[in-house]
Amino acid sequence: MDFAFTDEQLELKRQARAWLQGRYPLDRDFDRPEDDRWAELAELGWLGVSVGEAEGGAGLGFVEEAILLEELGYALYPGPYLATVGFALASLGPEDRAAVAAGQAKWSAEIRGLVPWLRSVDRVVDTDGLAQEAKGEELVSVDPSRPLGRLERANGAPLPGRRDIPRARAAMAAEALGIAQRVLELGVEHAKTREQFGRPIGVYQAVSHQLADTYADVELARSLTYWAAWCVAEDDEQAPVAAAAAKAFTAEAAVRACERSIQVHGGTGFTWEHPLHRFYKRALWLEGLGSSPAELRGEVADAVLGVPVGV
Amino acid sequence: MDLRDTPDEAAFRAELRAWLDANLPEEKRGGRGGAQRFDDSFGREWSRMLHEAGYAGLTWPTEYGGAGAPYSFQAIFYEETARAQAPGHVGVIGLGMAGPTIMAHGTDAQKQAHLAKILSAEEIWCQGFSEPGAGSDLAAARTRAERRGEHYVVNGQKVWSSFAHIADYCILVTLSDPEAPRYQGLTYLIVDMHAPGVEVRPLRQITGEAEFNEIFFNDVEVPVSNRLGEEGQGWQVAMTTLLHERGTLGFALTAALEVGVNRLLDVARDRVNGDSSLRERVANEWIELQALRYTNYRALGTLQRTGIPGPEGSAIKLRWSEQNQRMTKLGRELHGPEGILDDGWWHHQQLRSRGNTIEAGTSEVLRNIVAERVLGLPRGR
Repeated sequence: MDFAFTDEQLELKRQARAWLQGRYPLDRDFDRPEDDRWAELAELGWLGVSVGEAEGGAGLGFVEEAILLEELGYALYPGPYLATVGFALASLGPEDRAAVAAGQAKWSAEIRGLVPWLRSVDRVVDTDGLAQEAKGEELVSVDPSRPLGRLERANGAPLPGRRDIPRARAAMAAEALGIAQRVLELGVEHAKTREQFGRPIGVYQAVSHQLADTYADVELARSLTYWAAWCVAEDDEQAPVAAAAAKAFTAEAAVRACERSIQVHGGTGFTWEHPLHRFYKRALWLEGLGSSPAELRGEVADAVLGVPVGV
Repeated sequence: MDLRDTPDEAAFRAELRAWLDANLPEEKRGGRGGAQRFDDSFGREWSRMLHEAGYAGLTWPTEYGGAGAPYSFQAIFYEETARAQAPGHVGVIGLGMAGPTIMAHGTDAQKQAHLAKILSAEEIWCQGFSEPGAGSDLAAARTRAERRGEHYVVNGQKVWSSFAHIADYCILVTLSDPEAPRYQGLTYLIVDMHAPGVEVRPLRQITGEAEFNEIFFNDVEVPVSNRLGEEGQGWQVAMTTLLHERGTLGFALTAALEVGVNRLLDVARDRVNGDSSLRERVANEWIELQALRYTNYRALGTLQRTGIPGPEGSAIKLRWSEQNQRMTKLGRELHGPEGILDDGWWHHQQLRSRGNTIEAGTSEVLRNIVAERVLGLPRGR
């Protein structure tokens, strides 16, 4: 057993961190519409990570995609990478996959009646696994950078792939992990530098222990997320239960991490100006999209206890 | 990244599983732990069998009689013995703490005298670190060691020492120079528990059992040749011991927790059919167990690459202890009105779990360690 990234995977993580840091720094103006730099993502090869080499992709797998998703969450990247690669890609045939890899098509998927980025993608995989034009009503989302819509259905075109729910859940877990890691770092930085009563507030255990608890949450979430990512990449029989566990735990951990970080930041963390609320809203969005943590734990219970009978 | 066993690991696992099936009697499985492990003469017999089959000291170097196996084999050992609900090795302090400390700091004579006998369980060891006035603060130890010629004369009291009442030797942290600056006046000794002046008194805990002991030292003469490291270097030597305590400890803890969670699932299958909120809480325990298990694997990856346990390991004991407390309470709760009966297992586990957030580093100290050494927050002291 070897539960560590390869040198190539670590290098991908470093590159993604650096590229995103340069284009999506935290001191950017979040209130203006953001460029998703889709052509650059295609150029970087990020859109075709798990697309076969014959279709213009890199022929890698979901572990690499999870690494990127974690970094996209860490940087609060605005575009529909999660929807295209995380939610839709597994349903698509070779031609559509090639178009995704080349940056020519953005996709989303209908998840329990809601379609993320409905207005900014080209096509949508509906709940029956059919391809639909991205048309419908736009709704107001908890996270303004993550629009949601309700699909206006037409006949739809059949797709050759399958709706890969574990893959979508593991993708959300990976983004949530990046968010949790980032807000932990912001909290630590603040606790090191903010002084009250003549000392940095990080010396007070009422502050430092909250951050230590977040650290423990993040490490456990990281383990579940990477486990789920590996299971999805390998099509392991544990993929459904691992992804349900990872999404439930990591989304809740990310929400908790944001709430603790806001508390540690004091009044600053409660302002519109500070980016913490944007991480918090994205964590809430990820926690709420699709099955709730309680429903996911119910699925885990079905898997480990058996489905209840006579109820 | 590959979470499957390598061919070597798979072969080791299969061989161990077959050995356990063939050698561990059914009635010796599923013990509740605690003081029970001292009272049963099978404990020593089982330790001897493990040694003869080559399963004691798996990660010890071959030059000291170990198997020289990678850490992953030790992890597999914990997983498989948990699966079989096998009792542990009674020489756990010797194997996990005293032995590695002797290897790192001991003289050739000390290695000759003890390492082989630790492996074979001929020598049982205990640990004399905590004192009534020095719990989390080990550097405040006041058990005195005064040099007189070729001996140290030891006086003082240690507490929370498991195995002391059956132990042959003790690894003891003493104060040899009360005038020295903090951390510089400590000396680490190997003490013969059968020497005159050593008195062991059982310490009864909230379970009603006496799993731990107090040790009193009254003018105990310890030869200078029993010193580990130099005089005044006791703090550094003790850190080696504690580093090894943390090494693959996570796997041992998680293995024990897995036994409990599996029992919890059995109770839930019998007693919780359609109650979705209870099912959800049971599932949560299973999820957190997996989180700990895979965090162990990640820490193991770091350990195998760098030889040093990774920072992620520091979260494991903290979360394990809290989970064991929550899980054992849930086990009681699933029994409904009968949850307040002493059923011989859940009752004991639930009460015993209250010690988990105190022993081997209180949760408060562990959070300080995470805050200061992992997150780099300023020290509060």
